[in-house]
Amino acid sequence: MPEGKVVAMEINAKGMYYRDLNNILREKVAEGVTEFVLQGINGQRYLGTGLKGKVKIEVYGTPGNDLGAFMDGPEITVYGNGQDGIANTMNDGRIVVHGHAGDVLGYGMRGGELYIRDSVGYRVGIHMKEYKKQVPVIVVGGTAGAFFGEYMAGGILVVLGLNKKEGEPLTGDYLGTGMHGGAIYLRGEVEKDILGKEVAEFSLEEEDYRRLNPLLENYAKFYNIALEEIMAVPFKKLVPVSHRPYGKLYTY
Amino acid sequence: MANLIPPRFKVVIDYEKCRKCKRCVINCGFGVYSFSDRVIPDHKKCVSCQRCVAYCPEEAITIIENPNVFRPNSYWTMEERINIMKQASSSGMLLTGMGNDRPYKNYFDHLLIDACQVTNPSIDPLREPMELTTYLGSKPDAVKVKVEDGQIKLDTKIAPQIKLDTPIIFSPMSYGSISLNAHKALARAAKECGILMNTGEGGLHKDLYPYKDRIIVQVASGRFGVNQEYLDHSAVVEIKIGQGAKPGIGGHLPGEKVNREVSETRMIPEGTDALSPAPHHDIYSIEDLAQLIYALKEATNYEKPVSVKIAAVHNVAAIASGIARAGADIIYIDGFRGGTGAAPTIIRDHIGIPIELAIAAVDDRLRAEGIRNSVSIVAAGGFRHSGDVAKAIALGADAVAIGTAALIAMGCHVCQMCHTGNCSWGIATQRPELTQRLDPDWAAGQLINLIKSWSLELKEILGALGLNAIESLRGSRERLRGIGLTDTELAILGVKHAGR
Ligand code: SF4
Ligand code: SF4
Repeated sequence: MPEGKVVAMEINAKGMYYRDLNNILREKVAEGVTEFVLQGINGQRYLGTGLKGKVKIEVYGTPGNDLGAFMDGPEITVYGNGQDGIANTMNDGRIVVHGHAGDVLGYGMRGGELYIRDSVGYRVGIHMKEYKKQVPVIVVGGTAGAFFGEYMAGGILVVLGLNKKEGEPLTGDYLGTGMHGGAIYLRGEVEKDILGKEVAEFSLEEEDYRRLNPLLENYAKFYNIALEEIMAVPFKKLVPVSHRPYGKLYTY
Repeated sequence: MANLIPPRFKVVIDYEKCRKCKRCVINCGFGVYSFSDRVIPDHKKCVSCQRCVAYCPEEAITIIENPNVFRPNSYWTMEERINIMKQASSSGMLLTGMGNDRPYKNYFDHLLIDACQVTNPSIDPLREPMELTTYLGSKPDAVKVKVEDGQIKLDTKIAPQIKLDTPIIFSPMSYGSISLNAHKALARAAKECGILMNTGEGGLHKDLYPYKDRIIVQVASGRFGVNQEYLDHSAVVEIKIGQGAKPGIGGHLPGEKVNREVSETRMIPEGTDALSPAPHHDIYSIEDLAQLIYALKEATNYEKPVSVKIAAVHNVAAIASGIARAGADIIYIDGFRGGTGAAPTIIRDHIGIPIELAIAAVDDRLRAEGIRNSVSIVAAGGFRHSGDVAKAIALGADAVAIGTAALIAMGCHVCQMCHTGNCSWGIATQRPELTQRLDPDWAAGQLINLIKSWSLELKEILGALGLNAIESLRGSRERLRGIGLTDTELAILGVKHAGR
């Protein structure tokens, strides 16, 4: 396989067992294939799990749980809804979902980016971490369920509420509970009583826009929406009050 | 008003013998000694770790329990009163290191091992080969063979297996809770002895990469240091659900212990609290557990056994059955004597059950359900000698894991102060002046000797039983007898009373 040559491959995965499908992906990546188009995906789990390197995967249909778990580099675009556990402990790479997605997205995520066009379920962005240059990002276009960013230790979470109905909350309860690192950016307001007691709300500073703008530009580009529409509503930022919320818990 | 609390120990110095070399001053990690004209101990700071005693060249130091701390009372013990005083002056949870030290009934000491006499003779392990080799991993229900080119070949696909030269491995102890030198010693000894060490939930330091075939890596709720590279540098991947010293609660490495290297290994910024709550927030059911087990199998190409570690609790048999059915290859059960770097004292001392009862209950349940072969059982939580190991295997474990015993082999004196990070022996600390005290080569040698000694003794026990392979002892409860146990206890352990 000549260096740098893009080799694309289309797979009709209709009715295919997930282990067989993942095996093909792994083998073909090892052989040098760098682009995949997966047609007829319907519930196959663990797509892209543990996959490394500069690989692009287009997914048509609805992939199953744990899409891109432990993934380290590839870019997956889902033309359909996502389910639970996307980007579980993901190290690097990018997942773009053209639709809704389920619960526990980005659990313990260490790096890379996850974009969801519409809304997400419960417990999204829990235990996200960051270390040196690895700053994981989740951008949610719609609304999020309860426990968003719980125990968050690093990284960036964004909720845009673009499809939010009048009176509908931007996120569920227990927003940022136990959070001790990272930042949550909210487009619009949330009721104070849904906030975990470890976080506080602030206005954005220049530095925040510097981090946020590229993510919003990506969102606008991926989902073909005007950036001005996103920027039409002001943002708020949630950050932890203390990096040691449990520092005084013990006696010796 | 912390000085309400009286000193538990008294440092007695024989000033006639003392030659003022100040070694005690240097050696104490807890700052007990100061020097002006002569060494002066601050009794209140002493934890009786015995480092100064061991290093005083004149044998001039004796540490005694303070004989009259309080008016004696066998209900309101000294410990209870000191603890109340500490809490009254702080409002925090009491924290402790090492395992549960309360005098609950210890079942190992109420079990006796059988031996052969006339008709079924014993075997002399000095002359006969004795097999201690143990394979961890899921075994198939049946094995099919086929004949190909006149050769008999296996026709059943066997799940990944890990070969242990002896049925003892090292328990999970994270880098963070113990020092890097201690981790290196464990890895070297595991390699030399053909067994396994376990990273615990603190990530894997790159210096340990060469030992990857002998390492169990943990995936815990905090997912510290977990990425594909970490998974790739392992022989077994373990999902940590619970720990014997603190069932049902999580871990918390305070920010002050997260120094540069610990931060790098855990992949979190320096100085931040490393919180790993009890629940994996992506696991709320056996189905969720199955999903993580298979995510890890996918990520490691189905080449490595996946273990699930739980604490021994009342309902452990049903939980183990669920874990087996979720696709785990190994179930690691940690009894309530299991050690810890730090746990709330109240949790450590009052929650969980002894490992002996848990092994018997789990083995019974998995057998009754016909799935015992689908998982290996590793038992842990307070193994003190090879007799405990043999009894655990006879009760139904495939192998055991040792933590505290391994630390003692490396010099630990069980002062139970690991949570302070001041370990004078250089084990449970990250203070550079202390960690350098533990020479990883020396410590590895100590561990290797310990594993060799226990293995020799296991062979001797097998010989006495007339067995030549540890496999034949597994779950062989007919070779155990209980002594001083109630009918209920005997029924749970599945053993007869001595004399029957
Ligand atoms: S180590 Fe022993 S001899 Fe040296 S100063 Fe201390 S008590 Fe004296
Ligand atoms: S490891 Fe160190 S601090 Fe912990 S009990 Fe042993 S000697 Fe004491």
